[in-house]
Amino acid sequence: MSEFFPALLQYDFLQNALLGGLLASIGCGLMGSYVVVKRIGYLAGGISHTVLGGIGIALFAGFAPLGGALIAALIAALLIGWVKLRWQQQEDTLIGAVWAVGMAIGILFLSRTPGYNVNLMSYLFGNILLVGDADLWLMAGLDLLVLLLVVLFYWQFLAVSFDEEFARLRGVPVTFFYLLLLCMVALTVVLLIQVVGLILVIALLTLPAAIAAQYFHTLGWMMVVATLLGMLFTLLGLAISYRPDLPAGATIILVAGVSFFLSTLFSGGLQRYRAIRSGAGGSTRAESG
Amino acid sequence: MSGDPVVTLQDVSFSYGGPAVLDGITLEVGEREFLGVVGPNAGGKSTLLKLMLGLLQPVAGTIRVLGRAPRESRRQIGYVPQYPAFRRDFPISVRDVVLMGRLGNCLLLGRFRRHDRGIVQRVMQETEVSALADRQISTLSGGQLQRVLVARALACEPRILILDEPTANIDMRLETDIFDLLKRLNQKMAVIVVSHDIGFISRYVDRVACLNHTLMCHHTADIDGQMIKQLYDSDVRMVEHVHG
Repeated sequence: MSEFFPALLQYDFLQNALLGGLLASIGCGLMGSYVVVKRIGYLAGGISHTVLGGIGIALFAGFAPLGGALIAALIAALLIGWVKLRWQQQEDTLIGAVWAVGMAIGILFLSRTPGYNVNLMSYLFGNILLVGDADLWLMAGLDLLVLLLVVLFYWQFLAVSFDEEFARLRGVPVTFFYLLLLCMVALTVVLLIQVVGLILVIALLTLPAAIAAQYFHTLGWMMVVATLLGMLFTLLGLAISYRPDLPAGATIILVAGVSFFLSTLFSGGLQRYRAIRSGAGGSTRAESG
Repeated sequence: MSGDPVVTLQDVSFSYGGPAVLDGITLEVGEREFLGVVGPNAGGKSTLLKLMLGLLQPVAGTIRVLGRAPRESRRQIGYVPQYPAFRRDFPISVRDVVLMGRLGNCLLLGRFRRHDRGIVQRVMQETEVSALADRQISTLSGGQLQRVLVARALACEPRILILDEPTANIDMRLETDIFDLLKRLNQKMAVIVVSHDIGFISRYVDRVACLNHTLMCHHTADIDGQMIKQLYDSDVRMVEHVHG
């Protein structure tokens, strides 16, 4: 790890990688918090995997893959949102179907495109060391858009996440904001593809926010802390993976996963400790638990 | 104008696709009325409220709320659901829950105006939850949460307050507190409350609507064992109560 920091000063590609990770963490912290509190991890997973279809078609047709990813992500978000709202009963099956069909389309088109294996692996598992200047600008732009929408519609998104029925009674256009929220999750997924790849996206989207939720009890603070945690995980992951030349995306996810596991143990212990200290039967509960 | 009913149902029927849940309901609620809706489980009580809120559409008949279709008037209704649709561990403070009642009014660049925050301050004092303002909702007791939900409904500045089993999950002493509060609020707005406990609410309400697919209305003074037997189709323990 000690070799990482001198190298960081020396190599442009490492600086780009780190900057890309930090930019992705912003979208992650903001949208990941909604995904966690609204419990739409499965929907977000469906959106991210469906994106492969768009990437495949774009590459096959000779367009920029991230452009294809962006369009595919938005279509996937609207499709999955529509399925969720319209067919609540079979939501599970249908989202699973969209998920798999999207991936299958992507793999078919990629298989007819030269350089198939390299492309597929880097989209599935990310290639943060190949983040270019144009990617960084795109990521910064998406971050800005997501941040702007979150600030402008903070209360509407909070209402839709917290209590849809009450929001509807207050005249909030619930369906619109629900679909907008999913579209913003889709944009964030595209941000993350380059960093950790679309299979691992869901971990970086949910784990920092889930850790933040263990200690902070307002949505705003959750977002701030999840963003900082995401930045810390990408920095650590990059640094750890550098010397032994491990896949950076997978290392970042492992760092996040281990942190989540430790944090869960710690926050559980903390709660028990507080319960014992405050008395009120807390000690007996801790023993039996 | 002051004599006009705030809610009017004319021959309203509703079903969820199967047998009729509500059948030929005709009902008027006055501007300062305190109406209790009682009846057995699955008798259509919550459905009746959802029709008034415009969350469901009647199969037959017409519903007017404040002279308009329920959907158009719903923002003037404060609603306290029986089972809140949110999770108790949601990261949100009491103050922010109550602020939700101000949604639908115009926000300025994503922020509530001073006027809205003032209203929230006032209704939290009225419902005695000001001291809880910064608490996360999972730390509240059942009775405290119920008061917060009433505060959220009041933050809408409603002309009609609708509550679905507001005291189902709290103990007897708090039940009295809540109904005393509703009685006070009734001086300013119509209150419609669904309850399973006819003996208890008849101390507070002006009129009882007995709902078991069809509707019978009684002024509270007329409630007797015979009527309850008819409604629930069995003998029900009578509670001695007096009317003011």
